[in-house]
Amino acid sequence: MRKGIQFAKYSILALLGMVLLSGCDKSQFIVLDPKGPVAQQQLELIIISAVLCAIIILPVIGIFIYITVRYRDKPDNKAPYQPEWDDSRLLEVVWWGIPIIIVAVLGFFTAKTTLALTKPPVKDVKPIVVQVTSMDWKWMFTYPDKKIATVNYAEIPAGVPVQFILTSDAPMNSFWIPQLGGQEYTMPGMSMGLWLQADKTGNYFGSGANFTGKGFAHMQFKVKAVTQADFDKWADQVKKNSPALTTAGYKDLSKPGLSKELSFSSYPSGLFETIVNKNGGKYYDHMNHMGDSMNMSGMNMSGMNMSGMDMSGMDMKSQNK
Amino acid sequence: MQQSVSAHVSDHDHGHVDQDSLKILGFWIFLVTDCLLFGTLFATYAVLHTHTNGGFTGKEFDIPGFVIETFVLLVSSFTSGLAVLEMHKGNKKGLISWLIITLLLGATFVGLEIHEFVSMAAEGATISTSAFLTSFFTLVGTHGAHVTFGIFWMIGLIVQLAKKGITSDTKRKISIISLYWHFLDAVWIFIFTVVYLMGVM
Amino acid sequence: MNTSGFFVTGDPMIYGADVSIVLVSVAIIFYLTYFKKWGWLWREWITTVDHKRIGIMYLIASLLMLFRGGVDAILMRLQLAIPNAHFLESEHYNEIFTTHGTIMILFMAMPFMFALFNMVVPLQIGARDVAYPALNAISFWLFFLGAMLFNLSFVIGGSPDAGWLSYPPLSENQFSPGPGQNFWIWGVQISGIGSLATGINFVVTILKMRAPGMRLRDMPLFTWSVMASSIAILGVFPILTVSLIMLTIDRLFGGHFFTMTAGGNPMMWVNLIWMWGHPEVYIVVLPAFGVFSEVVATFAKKRIFGYGSMVFSMIAISVVSYYTWVHHFFTMGAGADVNIVFAICTMIIAIPTGVKVFNWLFTLYRGRITVTQPLLWFYAMIPCFLVGGSTGVMLAAAPADYQYHNSYFLIAHFHQVLIGGVVFGYLAGMYYWWPKVFGFKLNDKLGKWAFWLWQIGFYVCFMPQYALGFMGMTRRIYTYNQTMGWDMGWAPLNFISTIGAFLMGAGFVFQAWQIIYSIKHGERDVTGDAWNGRTLEWSIPSPPPAYNFAILPTIKGRDSWWYQKQEMQNGTYKQEPVKYEPIHMPKNTGVPFIMSCFFFVAGFGFTFEWFWMGIIGLIGVAITLFVRSFQYDTDYYITVEEIERTEKALRNNASVQRTAN
Repeated sequence: MRKGIQFAKYSILALLGMVLLSGCDKSQFIVLDPKGPVAQQQLELIIISAVLCAIIILPVIGIFIYITVRYRDKPDNKAPYQPEWDDSRLLEVVWWGIPIIIVAVLGFFTAKTTLALTKPPVKDVKPIVVQVTSMDWKWMFTYPDKKIATVNYAEIPAGVPVQFILTSDAPMNSFWIPQLGGQEYTMPGMSMGLWLQADKTGNYFGSGANFTGKGFAHMQFKVKAVTQADFDKWADQVKKNSPALTTAGYKDLSKPGLSKELSFSSYPSGLFETIVNKNGGKYYDHMNHMGDSMNMSGMNMSGMNMSGMDMSGMDMKSQNK
Repeated sequence: MQQSVSAHVSDHDHGHVDQDSLKILGFWIFLVTDCLLFGTLFATYAVLHTHTNGGFTGKEFDIPGFVIETFVLLVSSFTSGLAVLEMHKGNKKGLISWLIITLLLGATFVGLEIHEFVSMAAEGATISTSAFLTSFFTLVGTHGAHVTFGIFWMIGLIVQLAKKGITSDTKRKISIISLYWHFLDAVWIFIFTVVYLMGVM
Repeated sequence: MNTSGFFVTGDPMIYGADVSIVLVSVAIIFYLTYFKKWGWLWREWITTVDHKRIGIMYLIASLLMLFRGGVDAILMRLQLAIPNAHFLESEHYNEIFTTHGTIMILFMAMPFMFALFNMVVPLQIGARDVAYPALNAISFWLFFLGAMLFNLSFVIGGSPDAGWLSYPPLSENQFSPGPGQNFWIWGVQISGIGSLATGINFVVTILKMRAPGMRLRDMPLFTWSVMASSIAILGVFPILTVSLIMLTIDRLFGGHFFTMTAGGNPMMWVNLIWMWGHPEVYIVVLPAFGVFSEVVATFAKKRIFGYGSMVFSMIAISVVSYYTWVHHFFTMGAGADVNIVFAICTMIIAIPTGVKVFNWLFTLYRGRITVTQPLLWFYAMIPCFLVGGSTGVMLAAAPADYQYHNSYFLIAHFHQVLIGGVVFGYLAGMYYWWPKVFGFKLNDKLGKWAFWLWQIGFYVCFMPQYALGFMGMTRRIYTYNQTMGWDMGWAPLNFISTIGAFLMGAGFVFQAWQIIYSIKHGERDVTGDAWNGRTLEWSIPSPPPAYNFAILPTIKGRDSWWYQKQEMQNGTYKQEPVKYEPIHMPKNTGVPFIMSCFFFVAGFGFTFEWFWMGIIGLIGVAITLFVRSFQYDTDYYITVEEIERTEKALRNNASVQRTAN
């Protein structure tokens, strides 16, 4: 299986023929080069869907070329000509049937992966929580366990599931670390959960994926996955050496503009909750709570669940807190 | 002149479509799209009706006010039906009188609604107070704008009736506006239930 | 009234545009005055209610908008060709991608589609006009003036820059103050009302105005596709109208539908706009499918394969398209169950779409294929749309979409379906019906140049973008560089992509040249049946007379013109005695144009928040409606003598005997 995936992965690369130009080595295709279980599962789904699509595309292109060549209107063309032939029950069954089967198969894998991604990638390691706030035009990470905050970079321990809790104190953005896994929106007034995990230590590229205006292109951040020991050491360092983020400091930070990487030894208590609530969060029932008060043993939180949003997304439950 | 053209139509245009039924079908389809328009407004109201921002809530609606509005509009729907009956009898005078009554009732309804809005605004409950009020004023106001438009339309038709009498054209126009008027009434029933009754309950 | 900042200043490109707009306007005014063409313009075009002329105006407008949208695309590609480029600043780039998207979908694809609706549907169903000719003119002028209002933002007031769907809260006053965003709202609103009216018009036209004997199941597939598309318009354009009204209320009257404060809910907009926006893409693609069905059957000289299946699949697409909008924001986290349902609905849409491809291929199978320009575009569509559709299915797999969302993979996907499906389809339709509408064919040689430049340009432009998606490049970034010390390796592919964009631009230039060249030198069509067609529109002269059909044809089944021609050839066709009757036609009217101008005034006023002007505009609209209601003298009769004269002149050179000769 693994080998097959590896093979398919390279065939996709080969399919993107013109891609193979100078400097385009495989490691640059970061979506195809996952470094954590979530991105890995998503890659597997990408490959399954690509293969299923290829099952349709290749024969159809073949048939297309054959037909267009064989039935050209030339005087010496001996191929049969049946201008009145316009129906075939059998053929109709075939070409309604095959796509239905393919969609059923893909639907199954999609559902399976969707459900799997709502849970922490590994069960036996205690997850950590990182709260993420997108702002104009920077990212703030707050660590409720350590009570420290960073801007435009995050450190996480490798091998540990991370529950990112996402919100925005500016127009909606999208939080994306391709090598760890797919993205989720950061929305004002909402507090969303996203499970990711890095298996290996390293620096990973992260960016905002949803347009937020003038400084959007600069909303990239670095995710440093380090060992648990290094992570704790880093947190202690930040605690010791960095300035505190005050309420006034946050107000300054949230003004539109770019920012360097910053670290803060503390932040105003309940900062994340305040941000969510002031932007309308008080009207929703937050399934993910907000990290601080989260019951970590429960593990039944649906990471992909938007606070009380139903099918249409139109019936927000009103639960004033 | 009008008569002569209609006569012409029936003489020569066999195989051609009947313009009146065409226009009425089109208007029905327009009403469907208008239904969707109101449906969308209702949906947004449903989403936002609890987002009161600590201000005015549905409990504070003026009960006698909206009950009278409802009553006035329902009666106007009834009188517009009477107008159509008179039209079918060929009674131009009766038709115009009932239309004028309908129109006055409609104007009363709009007046009451404006009064309601103004007194709410006086209490500080404006469109920018909360998402709830934004959706309330938009939904109810859109209905009110429809009624207002209908009133002016009806004035125009009354003038045409006075000038031309009951012809196939004016008949069609009256049928269409009465359809419109009943439709607005039906929408109001929903507003009455979803916005006002459920609000005060 | 504050006029500071009224004119956009500070950018040489915009000054250039100012100058060229002034020069072109002066040139047009001079031309019209010098050659005394004002009256002609007013009588023949501005006041026309003739569906064919309205179709032509739609076509011209959409080609102009294709040019503007294309220039936007090239500017974007230039900016991205190299890392750290300083060709465009962030805000300017944001404006350009916003206008590019809005123009291409709403002011290029929609009017191009309506051009085909207008030019073809009444002719295909044997009607003399659409159900409401004056409303049809209103639709056109609303679209046109809406589009002009939107385009004005380039030189006056500043362009919108919050993306083509203007997600709040970014598009709210708090983050996008000023007229730019209002231009977007009012341009789209005004033309959207026109689109809704067109939807009603064509549903009624198709239901009520078919020639005697034509049952629904005898209708050509293009007409069916227009029906499916129009029904979808009716279902979703009201949502657009309301959404835009709500955003207006937020921006102009201090409302809180989508604000971050006072309980507003920005996510509601995202839902509403995609409830419209997703069906919208099927609205534009369905008529392209219809075009392909006509083109394939004609040039294979064979009945369309699986007619019932084709009709069913179109209806299925238009129904299921209402249940897929969430796939535009799987990443909103609406819950696993929601995502699964919408993922599967999205994949389900691929089934009827795929079935259509098979049916087209089997229409060619055992046919006799003549490769012409329209068919070439069909050939181009098959691989392009197959791959684009497949990447669509890949995107539909929700968890995989978390990785593709808002990346260049998505950009490549939707350009592939929208260009490969919609644009290629409309171009096929344009080449196919051009001789019908204008009476001459478009030059083959130039057409082939254009075709191959488009094809090569397309793949060179968009294939690298799939790869860029896998490299983590997100859409709507105006610059990229070696941020934070790592090289993402995006530069070479972006450069290649830019080359592709230029090739497509060159293709468009060839097409413009082709049209201009063919006006003089194009092969004239004297038969009215330029392609040996199958459906009714080929039974009348090209270009058709004002009344289309001198005598309404009686239909005995599908492809009736084809079978009539066969009967005429083998001598079994019984000519019915010709007896002309006076034809009832709508009179031209200036009301649609004047009314739309008032809409423009209203839109302009509200854009700049000059409420007095907005209200004057709206009052003007109401007055024109009243004036129209008081007009009873709206139609006239074409006399028998005049019909005889016209028909005789038209059919002098005709080589084929026609229905009503």
